[in-house]
Amino acid sequence: MRYIEPHGHMVSRTTDDYQAMVIAGCQAVCEPAFWAGYDRSSADGFRDYFRQITEYEPARAAKYKLPHYCWLCINPKEAEDLALARDVLALIPEFLAKPTVLGIGEIGLNRNTKNEMKVLEMHVDLAVKHNQLILVHTPHLEDKLKGTKLISDVLKSHPGVKPERVIIDHVEEHTIKRVLDQGFWAGITLYPDSKSSPPRAVDMIEICGRERIWMNSACDWGHSDPLSVPKACLEMRARGYSEEFIDQVVYQNPVRFLSQCPKFKVGAAG
Amino acid sequence: MSSAAPSPGTPTVLPADRQKIVDLGFVPVRAKLIEVAAFLDRVERYGVASDYRCVAMRAALSALADGKPERARRILESFSDPTTEPDAVSTGKAAYGAYRPPGA
Ligand SMILES: [Zn+2]
Repeated sequence: MRYIEPHGHMVSRTTDDYQAMVIAGCQAVCEPAFWAGYDRSSADGFRDYFRQITEYEPARAAKYKLPHYCWLCINPKEAEDLALARDVLALIPEFLAKPTVLGIGEIGLNRNTKNEMKVLEMHVDLAVKHNQLILVHTPHLEDKLKGTKLISDVLKSHPGVKPERVIIDHVEEHTIKRVLDQGFWAGITLYPDSKSSPPRAVDMIEICGRERIWMNSACDWGHSDPLSVPKACLEMRARGYSEEFIDQVVYQNPVRFLSQCPKFKVGAAG
Repeated sequence: MSSAAPSPGTPTVLPADRQKIVDLGFVPVRAKLIEVAAFLDRVERYGVASDYRCVAMRAALSALADGKPERARRILESFSDPTTEPDAVSTGKAAYGAYRPPGA
């Protein structure tokens, strides 16, 4: 079994997790910028964090010969402070040239506020200006449906956004069709208590097809499982899907999306 | 529902052994259903069954037994914020799991 972990917050995981992922067949891990568990007090805090995910984490993963890539942004949870957001966005261009930066993410909404919307629009402008892929975080629980609609409206109304270069993550049964119907990629996140479980993720693939979907663990310092993608493979095996089918979902699909960034050099689709 | 008449939204490509899907899912899902029942008993016993989240959960349950498809989607929608405009400011708090109607 081989797979890509397209969304893992490895700064919050132990080195043992890297080892377990590689043993389970992980071929690359991608780390979107996110909340650190506390609100950072200045743009300098983000500069340090961007150095951590562009320099230190790739070196930590390299001990296990695991390619590590990342995405950059100020996450939606810290996007309520517009002045801080502007300062952080100004930092991002100097990091975009780093060899493992795949694009802008995970941007999006947290509590669906006006300021979060403004910061989302600023990020989308930045991504379009620098021809970057976009990874979108959709809100939690009761906020997800409304937030997904607001986010997709922002993306669809921007003339420079190409939907096939955008992945909208954390979809569930009530948001996946809207995302796919608008031409975006959809990410299914496997969490123990929220988002999706492996059986529900496989249900969504059965119903919506496997063309523009990936699965991820979104493992972080909260209740999450860095091996949830290979566990979803076991669910597909138990239902009787072929190894080729499973490989397309958990390996070939993420490779196909991520290879739109020429810096992503893992494998080849097909 | 007869296996010869799949519900709308059923994909065209499924593994051949369809009976297996019951064998795989029944016991784990049975356990979750009993957890729901015990939770609803518990909040009544503690006198907090009128909490808006418990009200939302009881309302969502009607979708389980109405015989219509897409139960997961409909239950997720029933917990969702139905408003469409961005909020003026953040509460600074995490989401709760169910939309809180004004006054609830
Ligand atoms: Zn994330």
